Amino acid sequence: MQGKATKYERENIDTDVIIPGTYLKVHDHDELGRHAMEGIDPKFHSRMEGRSMMVTGKNFGCGSSREHAPIALSKSGVRAVLAPSFARIFYRNCVDGAYLLPVEISQDAYESIADGDELKISMAEQKVENITQGATYEIAPIPDLIAGIIAAGGLFRYKV
Amino acid sequence: MNITERIIARAAGKQSVAPGDAVFADVDCAMMHDVSGPGVIKVIERLKKEGIEFNGVWDPDKVWIAEDHFVPSAEKASAENTAKLSKFTAKYGIKKHFKYGLGEYGICHTLSHEDAMVMPGELYVGGDSHTNTTGALGAFACGLGHTDMAYVMFYGRMWFRVPETIYFKLNGRLGEHVMAKDVILRIIGDIGTDGAAYKAMQFGGEAVAAMSVEDRLTLTNMTTEAGAKNGIIEADQKVGEYLGQRGAASAAQKCGTADDIISPDADSFAEVHEYDISELEPLVAKPFSPENVVLVREASSVDLNKAYLGSCTGAKMEDLEAAARILKGRKVKIRTEVLPASISIFKRALERGLVSIFLDAGAVVGPPTCGACCGAHMGVLGSEEVCVSATNRNFPGRMGHIESQTYLASPMVVAASAVTGHLTDPRDL
Repeated sequence: MQGKATKYERENIDTDVIIPGTYLKVHDHDELGRHAMEGIDPKFHSRMEGRSMMVTGKNFGCGSSREHAPIALSKSGVRAVLAPSFARIFYRNCVDGAYLLPVEISQDAYESIADGDELKISMAEQKVENITQGATYEIAPIPDLIAGIIAAGGLFRYKV
Repeated sequence: MNITERIIARAAGKQSVAPGDAVFADVDCAMMHDVSGPGVIKVIERLKKEGIEFNGVWDPDKVWIAEDHFVPSAEKASAENTAKLSKFTAKYGIKKHFKYGLGEYGICHTLSHEDAMVMPGELYVGGDSHTNTTGALGAFACGLGHTDMAYVMFYGRMWFRVPETIYFKLNGRLGEHVMAKDVILRIIGDIGTDGAAYKAMQFGGEAVAAMSVEDRLTLTNMTTEAGAKNGIIEADQKVGEYLGQRGAASAAQKCGTADDIISPDADSFAEVHEYDISELEPLVAKPFSPENVVLVREASSVDLNKAYLGSCTGAKMEDLEAAARILKGRKVKIRTEVLPASISIFKRALERGLVSIFLDAGAVVGPPTCGACCGAHMGVLGSEEVCVSATNRNFPGRMGHIESQTYLASPMVVAASAVTGHLTDPRDL
C-alpha cells in the first residue's frame, strides 16, 4: 500500500471528533464520510485530496465504540492511519471490519514523518518506507491472529 | 491467574491463559442498543450481499437489547432505528428487549446491574464502550464495535488478546463529601487517557470491599476513559445480595467473599498502584479531557450555565440520593437537569421523595436517556455554554457544540455547583 500522508500533530484524537455523536443515528456510509473529522478540521476532505494515509499522535480513536469512526474515515479515502498507539475498540473495528489499516509506528517515526510525505506500507515485512525522505520505520509486532485477520480481509473472511 | 484471566481461560476452554495470548472465547451474554444494534443489522445486510448469509442469532436467550441513546426518538432517523431493532428482535426471537415507554427501560449499563442482566463470572460483551461498567459484578465486561457484535450474533464467540492487569489497591474510606467518581477521576488524572490502553484495570483492597456495589460500578464505568479493555472487581456477597434483590436468586452462589476483593492473587498483576482514598478531596476534570483533573477548589472561579445529573456514570440510585442531600431545601441558580438512569430508579426516586426535592430546588427531571451525555439530543450545549456534569467524557463537542465546555465531577459536586452557579466543593456550600 502506497500513498501520500496527511499529518495531524495531535494526540488522543477521539471518536467524538472523528464523527460527532449527533451522526450516530446515521448508518449510510457515504453520509458518514461527508462528516468525517468535521469536529476539528472542516477542511479535512480538501486536505485528503489525492492522499490515502493519515499520520497522527498517540491514542488515536479513543472514546466510544462507534464503528461510524473508521467507516467515516475510509469513505473519505483514508486507507491507513499511522500512529504510535490506537484506542483498542477503534483498532479492532479497523481490522475486523477491514475498513482501513491501523499501523503502529514509533514516536520517533511519527515525529519525523512530514505532511505530504509519500509512504509505502509493507505488513509482510513489518515496515514503512518514507519515499520522500528515504527513511524506513519498523511497524510494532502484532499477534499472528491479528495479522491473519488483516491478511484475510476482515474477521468474517478469516472465519466463515 | 487473576479474575480476568480465569474468566477468559474458562470461556476459551483452556486450563490457563497468559497476557498476550490471542484466543477465541465463548460469549455468555451480549448486549446491543439503538446505535450499535442498527449498525450490526447494517453489517449483516452487507455480508448478505457478499454471499455470507445470516441464519439467526446463535442463542437468542443470551442476547438483550436496550433503547437508550436516541430515546425518546429525537427525529425520524432515530425512530426508524428503534423500529428496525424491534423487527430484528421479533424476527430472531430475542425476548429481552427493553423498550422506551413499555415498562422497565433505561441506559444499558444501568440495566445490566439494575435488572441483573449479567452474572458474576460471565464473559459479557456489549456494543458500547462503557460495557466495562458491568465488570464491578465480577464479570469480564468489554465493549465491541458493530462488525464484532455481528460476529457474536453469528457464532457466539469472539477473539480477545488476554490483557495485562493493572491492580489498583484502595485503602482507607471515602470522606463525607467524596465519592467513587472522585477516586476514578484521581486515577485517570494520574495514569492518563491511555494509561491502561489494551489492559485490564482491577480494583481491590479494603476500601473497595467497604464500598457499595454502585460505588464500585462508578469505578469500573470510567476505566473506559483510561483506555482499558475492561474494569473488574471480584464479586463478594454484597454483589450476590444486590443481584438477588433484583430477581437473580442464584447470583449469591457465584460470588466469593470480601477476602477475594481485599487479597487477590498478587503474582498476576503487571503493575500495582496503591491509593489511600481517605486523603481525597472533591475533583473535576476540566475540558477537554477526562485526564485534566484538578481540585474543585482550584477551579471554583469557573462560572456555569448548566448542571447535568444523568448517564450510566452518575444517575444511579445512590448518585441521586447524594445529590438530593445537597439540594434539599436549596434552590438551583443555573439550568439543572436530572435524568435517572432507569425507570426503576426513577420510581424509587419518586417514592423516596427525591423527585420532589429536585423539582422544589427548581431542576427539571426527565426520562432515562443517553441523549445529552453524547451530544445527541435532550439538552445539548451551545457554543458558549459551560456545563458541570456527572457523566464520563468531555472531549471537544461531546455534549454539543464543538466550543462548549464540560467539567466532569461527582453528583455531589454537580449539585453543589448547581446551587451557586460556579464550580463548588460541597464542603464550601
